[in-house]
Amino acid sequence: MKSFTKALLGLAMLGAAATTHAQNEQFVPMVGYWVGPYAAGGSGIFGGMIDYINMVNARDGGVGGVKLTYEKCETEYNNARGVECYERLKKKGPTGATLVHPLSTGITYSLIEKGTQDKVPIVSIGYGRTDASDGRVFPWVFPLLTNYWSQNTAKIKFIGSKEGGMDKLKGKKIVNIYHDSAYGKETIPVLDAQAKKYGFTVTHIPVPHPGNEQGAQWLQVRQIKPDWVILRGWGVMNPVALKGAAKVGFPRDRIIGVWWSGAEEDTIPAGDAAKGYIAAGFNVAGSNFPVIQDIKKYVYAKGKGEMEDPTRIGSIYYNRGVVHGIVTVEAIRKAQEKYGKKPLTGEQIRWGLENLTISEARLKELGAAGFMQPLKVSCLDHEGGGAVKFQQWDGKEWKVITDWITPDRDLVRPMIEQSAAGYAKEKNITPRDCSKES
Amino acid sequence: MSFFFEVLIGGLLSGVMYSLVALGFVLIYKASGVFNFAQGAMVFFAALTFVGFLEMGVWFWFAFALTLGAMVVLGLATERIVLRPLVNQPQISLFMATIGLTFVLEGLAQLLWGSQPHGLDIGIQDEPLGWISDATGMNISKFDLAAAGIAAALVTSLALFFSRTRIGRALRAVADDHQAALAVGIPLQQIWGIVWTVAGFVALVAGMLWGARNGVQFALTFLALKALPVLILGGFESIPGAIVGGLIIGASEKLAEVYLGPYVGGGIEGWFPYVLALLFLLVRPEGLFGEKHIDRV
Repeated sequence: MKSFTKALLGLAMLGAAATTHAQNEQFVPMVGYWVGPYAAGGSGIFGGMIDYINMVNARDGGVGGVKLTYEKCETEYNNARGVECYERLKKKGPTGATLVHPLSTGITYSLIEKGTQDKVPIVSIGYGRTDASDGRVFPWVFPLLTNYWSQNTAKIKFIGSKEGGMDKLKGKKIVNIYHDSAYGKETIPVLDAQAKKYGFTVTHIPVPHPGNEQGAQWLQVRQIKPDWVILRGWGVMNPVALKGAAKVGFPRDRIIGVWWSGAEEDTIPAGDAAKGYIAAGFNVAGSNFPVIQDIKKYVYAKGKGEMEDPTRIGSIYYNRGVVHGIVTVEAIRKAQEKYGKKPLTGEQIRWGLENLTISEARLKELGAAGFMQPLKVSCLDHEGGGAVKFQQWDGKEWKVITDWITPDRDLVRPMIEQSAAGYAKEKNITPRDCSKES
Repeated sequence: MSFFFEVLIGGLLSGVMYSLVALGFVLIYKASGVFNFAQGAMVFFAALTFVGFLEMGVWFWFAFALTLGAMVVLGLATERIVLRPLVNQPQISLFMATIGLTFVLEGLAQLLWGSQPHGLDIGIQDEPLGWISDATGMNISKFDLAAAGIAAALVTSLALFFSRTRIGRALRAVADDHQAALAVGIPLQQIWGIVWTVAGFVALVAGMLWGARNGVQFALTFLALKALPVLILGGFESIPGAIVGGLIIGASEKLAEVYLGPYVGGGIEGWFPYVLALLFLLVRPEGLFGEKHIDRV
């Protein structure tokens, strides 16, 4: 009887220890896509993010001693499934979801109100609703690093530099070939505003989902004879566009893709038709960065790792996932500075995100100098960066051809504030007074 | 005017590519009355398997033979596991089974070969023919012309196979009346197996051409949606109908996108073929070459 009591006591202690251990965890939901038409982007980005999180757990024992955990949920880039995944995972872990990366502009739109109600930060790095950069109206949404409008103005700056100055844009013709979706349409207003400002004409040509037939669109391009084409595609639309351009003889080095059109997965299927093509990026490719080397050392060398094909490590999408991981971990670290080294709630992480600074020096410490741009988020500015680099496909790999190009803030910020104010009015939101935030 | 002809010819050549996918639907519908929703997934499966073998270093034609073998196994397994247990069940049950098959094939293909897009080079460049450009100012793609030639050869061989061979005649008998065909000793299950195998072959050819054109990736499964209006127009049971339907759909969607699109915000080629097909249904429900069904009351 005595030994039975001892055994029971032992079991109870073991259970308590396990519970304590389980409670010292920070849960990050992985609402992503690993199959379906956009799987290449989803598997690469979530692969990089998960590998980074596992590396931080293996190398540092988590963040401030708190182990990071995650669970994957497949959305197939579908809004309804994205919401379902969010609902399923938002209360997981001892403190609920840390934050959510929906990796889809459509899903981000669907989650804005839900995240606000549930107090779960919605982080959309390089996608999502642009006017959410105004943190006064969108306290729970973080389109970090750079938003679509910033990217677009940087792109026009790049085109201007190629033409010999912004004044040379007058009279030029630009065609915007876009994915006919919320994502694709997001930059139409800023392009129109820039056309007015610089005196060029812009023609918007939509491509229906998924974009595997673009003969008519490229014939229209041939008829318009533009000086430049902006390619705002996703998934299969990108290689088909490059092949379409080759078919009508449009030079590829006059096509500027957005960062969702500028990965290896977009150019390799297009073969020779992609040679010379230029695309924007908020991260660069390459596996020589210390952060990637650490992932190889602490994750892959131990027989773990998310990528079935290890040649994808260091690709554009994979490295973008590592950027997602760095931002997530640094936001948790920042929140821990204020709230303590313990599992934190979404509300506490929101503070971490809003006060996040990743300086050049910090990037160097993280082994990511030159890998991504520095970041400084505030209550007023939920973007925190805004710059992009341009890269060119040489037939085998992406070569960076510019330094960080800053956006036209004088144009973008008033548009963001105007659009956010419209949203606030529509939803009856009183914008926060950032001077009172701490 | 030359621009109009360029759009028209480009559309007709795209239409031939749709016909290739539609052919697979027609073959199975002709033999079994089943609308095989999984045809798009079969195209994806075949293309991904083919490119998977190529990337393993297998010689082109050996990879073709291996993939064809895989498609034969797939066709026979579908007949044995999916269709045979559903003999004499309502057509809607068979249709639903093919929807299930679609998801199985999509998942299986990605499980076996991964979800990464792949490039596929079959040795024909998708570039304009220089001498046509010089002579007329129109850009006509070498690749599209070659694809049209391959489609024409495929249709001719299939038409000859169905009209001149014993198996072809048996297949037509099965298509006309299952029970009568069985009564005269035609092995229904064997015929179905052959038809699914031929449909697998057509899927492989379509997958190779579409894969070389757009890259081998998941979006190939959506080709089924492009084939639907082609079938409505051409008739579900007619091989020439698939070709003519493809040509009409291809040309009309491109002309509509270029000439009507700008007035309605563009992006209409995704749904315009369906509008056309629906209008056509009102006039001729059985399609251009479909058989008119007369039921005695």
